[in-house]
Formats: sequence, structure tokens, C-alpha cells
Amino acid sequence: MSLATQTRPLTRREWLLSDRPQSRLQARLGRAYMTWRRFSANRLAVVGLLILLGLCIVAAFADLLAPHSPVIGNLAGARLLPPGSEGYLLGTDDQGRDILSRLIYGSRLTLAVVVLVAIIAAPVGLVVGAAAGYAGGWIDAVLMRITDIFLAFPKLVLALAFVAALGPGIENAVIAIAITSWPPYARIARAETLTLRNSDYIAAVRLMGASPTRIVLRHVMPMCMSSLIVRVTLDMAGIILTAAGLGFLGLGAQPPLPEWGAMIASGRRFILDQWWVATMPGIAILVVSLGFNLLGDGLRDALDPRESGQ
Amino acid sequence: MSMSDTVRMSGRRRARSRKAVATVLQFLVVVATTYLGLLAVTFFIGRVIPIDPALAVLGDRAPQHLVERTREAMGLNLPLYQQFLLYCRQALSGDFGVSVLTTNPVMTDIRRVFPATIELATLGTLIGALIGVPLGVLAAVKRGSIADQIVRVIGLVGYSVPIFWLALLALLVFYARLKWVAYPGRIDVVYEYTFSPITGLYLVDALWQRQWDVLRDVFRHIILPASLLGYFSLAYISRMTRSFMLNELQQEYIVAARAKGLSEARIIWGHALRNAAVPLVTVIALSYASLLEGSVLTETVFAWPGLGLYITNSLQNADMNAVLGGTIIIGSVFIGINLLSDLLYRTLDPRTRAR
Amino acid sequence: MSALLTVEDLRVRFPTRTGVVEAVRGVSFTLGRERLGIVGESGSGKSQTGRAIMGLTPPHAEVTAKRLAFDGIDLLSAPPKLRRDLRGKRIAMILQDPKYSLNPVMSIGRQIVETLQRHEKIGRAEARKRALDMLAAVQIRDPARVFDLYPHEVSGGMGQRAMIAMMLVAGPELLIADEPTSALDVTVQLEVLSILDRLVAERGMGLIFVSHDLRLVSSFCDRVLVMYAGKIVEEIAASELGNAKHPYTQGLLNCMPVIGAGRHPLPVLDRKPEWAL
Repeated sequence: MSLATQTRPLTRREWLLSDRPQSRLQARLGRAYMTWRRFSANRLAVVGLLILLGLCIVAAFADLLAPHSPVIGNLAGARLLPPGSEGYLLGTDDQGRDILSRLIYGSRLTLAVVVLVAIIAAPVGLVVGAAAGYAGGWIDAVLMRITDIFLAFPKLVLALAFVAALGPGIENAVIAIAITSWPPYARIARAETLTLRNSDYIAAVRLMGASPTRIVLRHVMPMCMSSLIVRVTLDMAGIILTAAGLGFLGLGAQPPLPEWGAMIASGRRFILDQWWVATMPGIAILVVSLGFNLLGDGLRDALDPRESGQ
Repeated sequence: MSMSDTVRMSGRRRARSRKAVATVLQFLVVVATTYLGLLAVTFFIGRVIPIDPALAVLGDRAPQHLVERTREAMGLNLPLYQQFLLYCRQALSGDFGVSVLTTNPVMTDIRRVFPATIELATLGTLIGALIGVPLGVLAAVKRGSIADQIVRVIGLVGYSVPIFWLALLALLVFYARLKWVAYPGRIDVVYEYTFSPITGLYLVDALWQRQWDVLRDVFRHIILPASLLGYFSLAYISRMTRSFMLNELQQEYIVAARAKGLSEARIIWGHALRNAAVPLVTVIALSYASLLEGSVLTETVFAWPGLGLYITNSLQNADMNAVLGGTIIIGSVFIGINLLSDLLYRTLDPRTRAR
Repeated sequence: MSALLTVEDLRVRFPTRTGVVEAVRGVSFTLGRERLGIVGESGSGKSQTGRAIMGLTPPHAEVTAKRLAFDGIDLLSAPPKLRRDLRGKRIAMILQDPKYSLNPVMSIGRQIVETLQRHEKIGRAEARKRALDMLAAVQIRDPARVFDLYPHEVSGGMGQRAMIAMMLVAGPELLIADEPTSALDVTVQLEVLSILDRLVAERGMGLIFVSHDLRLVSSFCDRVLVMYAGKIVEEIAASELGNAKHPYTQGLLNCMPVIGAGRHPLPVLDRKPEWAL
């Protein structure tokens, strides 16, 4: 306390950037602030973040934002209207449904797919990788062999086969994508664990009598998180594209759900004359997956300067 | 050379030959287990998952005794592990059953359609590598410049755009509006009966038989889908090339090459790229594999009669034999490509080359 | 003795996000066909001085000097083409670690031949013969075999000999050796040094020997420049080293433990901020 009274009060920035943090909280906030400064210096990454914030807002307030129903159209008076028609900003599809409203509601499906796949695949990969890396020996060999086997598979085709067997639908699409996308996470988690395993602080924890489970869960896994988050973010774009591809082939979300890939498929028939029906959802997919890619690149540069080649 | 050097050398050589044997063994184990894994997963998809294969063949209103007999004939009443062994034996001998849709053996169908996919993916990868590598080199050398930014944006969009959508738009623009390319399909109906392919790779066949009008027509059909696939592989290849080149350009041997007075062009293409080429081979191989797989989506749009279209058609008709057969074939090609790129890597990099 | 190299007020600056860092701050010296040692700790600017003379500072670095002339050629105003022609042909440089400074995917022979082909119109057979002779000159016993080896297949000492061969094959008049033995085993260091010593003497080259090892430099060179924080703090004949005046030089000398003398406490290098002014 005496220190604080002797010197002039620190500005918030100085408090954050202090190289002698007084508490864990200050250290953590300081680190987060440094990361944020590196991240926000990258304009494209901020654009990516804004796109995704926009996506979340649109998904959350779809009911308020959408001017029309996403599933019930005006078959009599509003079929295949071009963009800019009265009341239909992006035009309508063959069933007289407002494309803008369908896109707005479709953002929920996109977000749901991405989040669900991440929630399923990332922890699986993390546990497999951290366990393999920490245990070593034959456990490592077996787990990594399985991982590599999955890595060598054609992901999209395998996902197709899964969905074909399970039956089309958005839940099955999520399961199929998750099954094929965990292996890279396991590889990353294992690589990180291997570098951590012999570090002094892990040895210290071990000396204090922590069980292997506790070491892996509390001390190893958290350290894998940042590289894992980067990878997951970069994979999101691929997940969106795969989900849209499944939708396009009629294996993902079923009509009348406003899934973007399925919307492209249904607009395909009119592509020559009513180009907007297929074009608009494609732009939506492009923008969102671009957002994830930009954010992922930015996160990688901010969290892991080694990788960015600076 | 000192005595100790000589001793070290011969010791190293012996260790190397032992290592070579170990490497070959390791290769075999990898290939065998990967293939086993592929079969196990497809078996799981085909058998353990709800749809009864017997009902799939007979239709779900077949009489009970017929279903029983079919189950018996298909080996469905055997214990699961015996079924799996049977499945493996059949798959390894190329027997994936009969396609419900075409009533041909699946393997016969695949043999017919696969060359179309190979031709498309090969041309796509060629386009991607021939443009992507120079772009990546340019971006790395002119790091931070406008050129670098442009290459980055081209790559980012390639990573983010849905391929089937871009394919639709490309058809709209280049076929419907500009009329630069031919309509979806592989060859004009006019030539369908006059042209008799040998290899199934139409470009090669037309060239071989000196049928120039056919060659032109085939080219007009393939160029759009191949360019699209090429764009996707370009996005990946240019990005990886850039990062490999950046890494190489920081190395000390580049400084040494400059100290020798070499020109920048020689340093970039002769020294840095020669080193970056080692990992790039893997990247190009992987991108080739992903184009084979991506054909599932592109071929649908371009009505390209390849394996991708075959698989999607079968999917929509719940023709599981055909789907699984196609999956196994693509999976096998993946395994083969991985293996090949690994071998190429070893021959390109003197550090891993067995002498 | 006519000056081979004249350096006057050489400065190397690196603009960074937090401001300009000046790595070399007004270094001046002249060099004839003699051996000059440049000594200092890491970060003292000794390597950057060598690289500035070669024209191999990173692209974002700014190099200025009142005069930087090699054999009457003003290096800073010379067109890039001329500087490239000089590099390897008349001025050469040996880098620290052969493990990193030789191209890993090119055979040693090809890397030596490449230097020759760059600077001379020479047939393949002739180039190969000259390269083999050069390998023999750096005391590699079986040049024909080493010619076809890749850098990872030779030991560090042999790699550094190959490096010397690669840089000297075109017959340069000035050689800059940047810590040429620091990455090698102690036993091999002396071998490589004696090879370098003989070649420099035989060919009458000027040598700039950059090192952190004051004793090594003093036994090898005629004259020594001691650098601290980008400046020369002392210039002294190697034979006079015992009479070094600058406290930093004395500190460097005293850092060496002497066998038999008391070792407690080990002397710590004293760094006074005013020396950097």
C-alpha cells in the first residue's frame, strides 16, 4: 500500500502492462491485453471478428430482424422476384419465400453446426492427444496410429457415407463431420504435451504428488488450449463448407429448413434466369467462412508469434 | 580425413542400412493398419448402422422367409468378426457387391467412371501447382508488398468459398452468358459414338489418336471444372509455398549463397525453392488427394461422369454397396498418395535418402 | 602498404516498431593485406560490421558511412550488380556454423563449383578439377568422395573446411571470417584455424576475423579492434594486448580463468554505460 501512495497512480494501461503484476488477475489481464493489442493491430483479423459478431447477433435476433417467415412463402404473388423488389431486399425463391429472411434464420443453423462440431471434436482430440503425449509408450503408439488412420481418410467422402447410412439430417451431418475432424486436434495436443511433459513446472507438480489425471487435466491441457483454439477457428471455415456441401447434396438439413447449402441446391434449377436464388446464400457462406479464416489467422499471429513467421 | 572420421563413416553406413529396413517395415505397418482401419470403418457404416443390408437389397416389404434366406446367403447370420473377415477378403479382391442402381458389379462401374475423375483432378492439380508455386514464391520474396496482399486474398477466398457455388456461377458466366466453354458433361454427343477412348483419359486419348476436333471439344468441356479445382489447389499451394519460402529465406545458407555473389533469381529458384520443394511435394500430393475427394461436389454441378457423380447418385438412391465401394477406392487412393509423397520426400531430401 | 579496405564512420541502423536501433555506430578503420581481429560480446555490432562490408545486411537495415571503399571502389554507391560481382570473387565471407550455412540439398562439390561458375567462364570438367584442388587445399584427404557428399554427411570440421573451399575457390583478396570456429569442437578449431592461417598467408589475402574470443584473435591476428555497443573502444596491436588501456578490454582479458590461479570469485565483466557514449 505504501508503494502505491508514494508513486503517482498508475494509468490503466500501465497497470495492465506492468512487468511486476501484484496478483494473478493482473497478470492474466495484462497478458490478455497484450494479446488483444497484437490482434487488433491486424485489421483483417478485426474484420473477421466483426463478421462473426454480426453472425451471432443476426442469429440471436433472427425473429426481430427477419421481415418475413423463413418457411412460409407467398406462392401467389411473390415467386422468384428479383433483388430490390418491394419488401424483398434480396428477392424471393421459387416458393415465394423472402431470401433475406431465410438467410437470417439460416445463420442459426450455420452457427449451431459449427459450435456443435467444435464442442464434440475438440475435446475428443484434446483428450486423446494429451493422454497419448503424457502417457507415452504403447498407449501413445496405439492412439496415434488410430489418429493417423483417421487422418489418412478422405474426410468429405467418409462424412457422406456416414450420413448416407445414418440418414440425412442436420444432426447426422454434425456427427459425421465431428467424427472426421478430431484427428488434427489430437496431433496438436500431443505435440504440445510432448514439449510440456519434461518441463520443470510439470516436474514440480509431480513432486507435490499430483496424480497423472490431475496433471493432464489441470496443467497440461490448459497449455494446449491456445494452439487448439487457433486450429479450431481455422477449421470452422472448412466445417461450414462441408456442412453446406452436405446440404447441397441433400444430405444435411432437410427442407423447408433454411440451410444455406440446401438453398443453393434449390436455386440451382433457376441459375440461368433467376441467378439470385442460388447466389445469395453462396455469398452468405463465403462471408462467414472468410470471417472465420481471417479471425483464425489473426488469432494465430497474436497467440503464437512463432508460427506467423514474424 | 582423419582416422576417426573413417570409422564414424562406416559405422554410420551400417546404421543406415539397418534404418532402411526399419523404414520399409514401418511403411508396411502403416499401410496395412491404415487400410484395415478404412475397411473397419466402412464395414461399421455398412453393417452395424441400422439399415438391414438384406432389406436394402430386397426392399422393405419382402416376405420374411425370403429375407431369412438372403441374410443367410449374405453371411449376415455369422458372428460379427467372421463377417468382417469375409468383408475384408471380398474388398481386397475388389468385390464390393452389386450396385442396386446400375445392376453392375460396383467394381466394374468404378473402373468405368474413375478415369474421368483422375483426368479432372490431375489437370486441376497441374493448374494449381503451376500457378500456385510461383505465386507463393512471389508473395514470400515481396513480403508485405501489394503482390503479397493480393496473393493472400486470392488464397483466403479460395479457402472460404463453397466450391459447388462457385462452379454454378462459373457455369452461368462462362457457359450461359459468354459461351466460352461447352455445356456440362465430358464430351459433345456428336463425338460420343465416333470417339473410342483407350485409357479413359479423353485428353490423352484424343491426342494419341490425333483427333484434333475431339481434343478441342474435350478441352472446352474440361477446362472450366479443371480451372475451378485448380483454383482451390492454388489457394492451398500458394499459401504453403509462401510459408515454406519465408522459412528458407531466413536460413544462413541463403546468406552464404549471397556471399558467393549469386544473383537473387538464382538464390530464390535454385537454393531456397529447391529446399522448399521437399515439403511442397507433400502439400501438392495432399492437394491432389483433396481434389479427388472434392470431385464429389464439382462433378455434380458439371455433370462430369466420374467417381464423384457416381457416389452422389448412389447416395441419393441409398445404394450402399456403391457408396462404400467408392469410399474404399478413394480411401485407397488417399493411402497410396500419402505413401507416394512420403517416398518422394525421402528421395528429394538427401538427409533422409538412404545411400 | 596500400589500403585494401577503408571504413570511415560506418553506421548500421535498424528501424523497429519502438524506434531506431543503431547496431554499428561510427566504426572507422583501414585494412591492408593484413589480419585484423574484431572482438566484442554478442550484440556489440561486430558481425553487422562484417556484413555491412559484404553488403549483406538485412533489407530493412540502413547502412551509411563517410567512406566505405574496397580497392578504390566506393561500395555504398556501387550498383548492386557490381557488388554481386565483387562478392565471392574479390571479397568473401565465412559464416559461423557449416550445419546451417551450407545448402542441405546440394552436394558440397556443386556448391563449390557454383561459386566458380558464377564468376568465371569455365567448363564443367575444369570447374570440377579446380573444386577438387581447392578441397585438397583445405586438407580434405579424399576430395573426390567429399565432392559428392551432402553437408549433413560430413562432420562440423569438414563442413567448415568445405565452406572455406567454397569461399576461397574464386581467389578473393579480402576474407571476412565471422566466428569461423565458434561452432566447432575445440580440437577441430585449431585444425581449421591452421588451414585458414596457411591459406591467408599463401594467397596474401586481407583478413577480418570476427570473434568473441579475445585470446584466439590475438594469437591469430596482427591487430585487434575491441568493440562495445556498436563502437570501437580500443584498437591495439595483438602483441601489445597485455598493455590494453581500456577497462573493457582488460575486463575481457581477465574473464579468462588461468589454470592454477585462484578462481574465487570468478571475475564478472564490468559494463559501464559511459563506454557506450
